[in-house]
Amino acid sequence: MSGDLSSIWVYLSTSPLLGLTSTLIAYQAAMWLFEKGGRSPLLNPILVSVAIIVGFLMATGTEYRTYFDGAQFVHFLLGPATVALAVPLYNQMPILRRAWPAILLVIGVGAVMAGVSAVAVAWALGGSEKVLLSLASKSVTIPIAMGITERIGGIPSLTAVMVMLTGIFGAVCGGWILDLFRVKDQAARGLALGIASHGIGTVRALQMSETAGAFGGLAIGLTGLVTAVLVPLLVGLLR
Amino acid sequence: MLPYITVLLLCQLAGEVLVRLSGWPLPGPVVGMVLLFTGLVIRGRVPAGLDLAVKAILSNFALLFIPASVGVMVHLKLIAEEALPIAAAVLGSTFATIVVAGRLMQALGGRHKPSQEETP
Repeated sequence: MSGDLSSIWVYLSTSPLLGLTSTLIAYQAAMWLFEKGGRSPLLNPILVSVAIIVGFLMATGTEYRTYFDGAQFVHFLLGPATVALAVPLYNQMPILRRAWPAILLVIGVGAVMAGVSAVAVAWALGGSEKVLLSLASKSVTIPIAMGITERIGGIPSLTAVMVMLTGIFGAVCGGWILDLFRVKDQAARGLALGIASHGIGTVRALQMSETAGAFGGLAIGLTGLVTAVLVPLLVGLLR
Repeated sequence: MLPYITVLLLCQLAGEVLVRLSGWPLPGPVVGMVLLFTGLVIRGRVPAGLDLAVKAILSNFALLFIPASVGVMVHLKLIAEEALPIAAAVLGSTFATIVVAGRLMQALGGRHKPSQEETP
């Protein structure tokens, strides 16, 4: 019997089916836990899914490359999903028309601040070049951030981790930070969370008010765009 | 819905081609996003089929980040070695960005009502 089981495992472990199926199962389990836990930012579904899958892969001694052979079918959709962000951005047109000079200035300043301060702090504390390059786009939504990191020669999967940590920190502590510094204007609160903590921060902004949520959503795409233009230019200058 | 999924892929394809032809330091899908946004501005509205396709893709946005994030298992050693610079950079820079962006927008805008609409 165990001979049959192990030959089944040999088949499964070399087929893309296992990587793809385990990704979908882990994601649905994480979403269930997220809902059960009152949508707490601490139970971030990406974080939980990754923990489940990494645990499974390590327990079975499966390599990441083998897993990715199956999971790449999900990964591929990040490209079209990034293109799709044009639609929520377009839906913010009334706000864009009304306040675009202020919004663009704040997003420009915020995007530079987020990237430069992260790289500067890590550099001052002795971070390696690989880590510095992977940190530069940490405040940008994951598909854009990974594209930037790939472009400048960092480690995209390491960037994905930085982006997640940034989002979770902003979502958990952002409201408290804004209160501490007396930022009461709803547009300013949403924009700040969207710039610093992308989509995960925007989910928190939506809980504050509709205005804050709309400005957070606006910041996701524009911060990504500004960072995608500036980071490769800055890295080029420093090299 | 299928024609509009094709539209998304075509925008991405055009973006990738433009990036390679021009040498712009941008990810291809980001250029694709700008192309689609421009198209929507010209057209003046979001077609219903496109809205459906976009909702289908974005409703499980979080799922798409998982395969790349699992790659963390390859870097566990690097992260442990550089835990201090990574943690300080993420926490410090996110804190500073929220404060600066929030204060600046409040100083520039100010036309939106203060926090009465906030729910605790």
